[in-house]
Amino acid sequence: MKKEQQLDLYYQMVLIRRLEERGAELYQAGKIGGFMHLYIGQEAVSTGLIAAREDRDRVITAYRDHGVALNCGISANEVMAELLGKATGMSKGKGGSMHMADTSRNMWGGHAIVGGHLPIASGFAIGDQYAGNDNITICMFGDGATNIGYFHEALNISKIWNLRVLWVCENNQYGMGTAVDRASAVTEIRQKAEGYGMKNGQVDGMDVTKVYEAAVEAMKFVRESSQPYLLEIDTYRFRGHSMGDPERYRKAEEVKKWQENDPIGIFNKQLLDKKIATKKALDEIEARVEEEVAKAVEFAEASPEPAMEELFTDIYAD
Amino acid sequence: MAKITMREAISQALMEEMDRDPKVFIMGEEVGVWGGTYAVTKGFYDKYGAARVKDTPIAENAIIGGAIGAAMVGQRPIAELMTINFGFSAMDYIVNQASKLHYMFGGQFTLPMVIRAVGGGGRQLGATHSQTPDAIFAHFPGLKVVSPGTPEDAKGLLKSAIRSNDPILFIEHATMYQVRGEVPEGEYTIPIGKSKVQRAGKDVTIVTYCKGLELSMKAAEELSKEGIEVEVVDLRTLRPLDMEPVIESFKKTNRAVVVEEGWKSYGVGSEIASRIYEEAFDYVDAPIIRVAQKEVPLPYNRTLEQAALPQVADITAAVKEVLK
Ligand SMILES: Cc1ncc(C[n+]2csc(CCOP(=O)(O)OP(=O)(O)O)c2C)c(N)n1
Ligand SMILES: [Mg+2]
Repeated sequence: MKKEQQLDLYYQMVLIRRLEERGAELYQAGKIGGFMHLYIGQEAVSTGLIAAREDRDRVITAYRDHGVALNCGISANEVMAELLGKATGMSKGKGGSMHMADTSRNMWGGHAIVGGHLPIASGFAIGDQYAGNDNITICMFGDGATNIGYFHEALNISKIWNLRVLWVCENNQYGMGTAVDRASAVTEIRQKAEGYGMKNGQVDGMDVTKVYEAAVEAMKFVRESSQPYLLEIDTYRFRGHSMGDPERYRKAEEVKKWQENDPIGIFNKQLLDKKIATKKALDEIEARVEEEVAKAVEFAEASPEPAMEELFTDIYAD
Repeated sequence: MAKITMREAISQALMEEMDRDPKVFIMGEEVGVWGGTYAVTKGFYDKYGAARVKDTPIAENAIIGGAIGAAMVGQRPIAELMTINFGFSAMDYIVNQASKLHYMFGGQFTLPMVIRAVGGGGRQLGATHSQTPDAIFAHFPGLKVVSPGTPEDAKGLLKSAIRSNDPILFIEHATMYQVRGEVPEGEYTIPIGKSKVQRAGKDVTIVTYCKGLELSMKAAEELSKEGIEVEVVDLRTLRPLDMEPVIESFKKTNRAVVVEEGWKSYGVGSEIASRIYEEAFDYVDAPIIRVAQKEVPLPYNRTLEQAALPQVADITAAVKEVLK
């Protein structure tokens, strides 16, 4: 990775973190409603992953989607506006936190039914294969999603039909309050790909550089061989499953231990140690992000509510 | 009489039945260590242990299919759907298997199982997480569908459901767990398949259930101040449907409004209205009005979502309209 790109990744990770911290405050203040799942702690995963894609590659994920949206190039303004349910959000305030999409940026959404988007991801690849292009579909999902039938149906069909899907399991150790070993027959999720004769790999999701390198390699394989690949990325969410999670299922020491492995802290140190950036340069990025997030909040708060007629638009296309 | 919340009522019913019958166990997502997403089974895991309070993987088919199998071989499982929306992921097991196996195999075995499911909108959860699809499930013979509107009914009906030998879908409303109401002291059950007059009146009959009951009781109160006395009939069970109290009330008032949270088309209101027309046509003084959700997937934005959901004002307006 070139220096500029590394600094850009750092910027993206800090942007996700700060935007969500503000989001959490706005949620507490009652300005954001519904379910909001924070990505804090997992920033290196989608940042490293999406940095490795071509613009024509499609991205689809679950409801923990703010980071993915930002990484795909959706503006902080639009993300914040959607969180506040405003007309200027990318889903016009109809989708909210869990449903961020901007198909012009090949971000095909946050999806709230666990595992439900996996067969749809296969479908993207079916469509692209039918069209005769070599686009890749990058489909992200949680560890918990690998225990539902959708996952298995989608993986199987992607293998027998030689679909260009990069399956990405974000193993953050829990599906809500259920630890992986209480819900999954194998704790290394990548092993599930073996059952489908699918190539797979595993990478440390707290190190954005490693994620990026693994993603580049996996995408090269998918594109060139026209075969699916499952990449397991090990990570941890620093916050509750969603806002208001009492977190009775994990110990504070465990959370603390992982927090010492902060992906932003790790990358910050790497950039300094390798003399890729000075402290001043990184501080400037922080300051730029602070300003961008503040502006996004201002933009979202000043934005209009969707008009009442919007209730009845977009139900049908014809 | 003790005044308790809907959450406490459901929780008590589960606990009393688990204490009474060792065949009863619970399985579902986050029912154990977490204590239930809506805190209904808080403390159960410590009290009954992992064998009777089973945290499942996120696998709705394995949950409902598993409950069916366990019930067929003689246990009394209570399967929990974290929300009824995830029931669509297990639709085949609910409507194509649970509802048919007893009949199709000539009654050789029974399916003494309850599916507890949380439904309803109003929490800004977006289109896939906010539905009130009760009518869809009530469409299928072989499945019983219960959806209470008061803590008293919730407790008594759930206890009956657990003791019943039929598969029963028990639908709770996500915004009603804090609703308080009087509950009889000590042991009681309420029979499934019996509608109930929750408020007596002479001018208009409101037929409703679950969240609709909460809204209708408020509407009735407001209307009463204006001298309009509404009789509120609570269905409590959608299948089997008990029309007797509805028809009896209608013969007295000759006017009806049906209130439900789900969509109007092909909904509970459609069923009730046609049953009234069929069974009491000579008593009809005005077209029956259905108050229901606007025909849109529910949006996230709070103002739009509330505009799509039936409100107390929609009910009072409908009552005045049928009185014209
Ligand atoms: C079919 C279905 N069942 C249950 C849920 C409720 N639910 C939402 S998120 C979640 C946990 C998912 O865990 P995981 O896949 O590991 O993703 P994470 O939240 O850890 O990112 C559950 C059970 C749902 N949305 N869809
Ligand atoms: Mg997880």
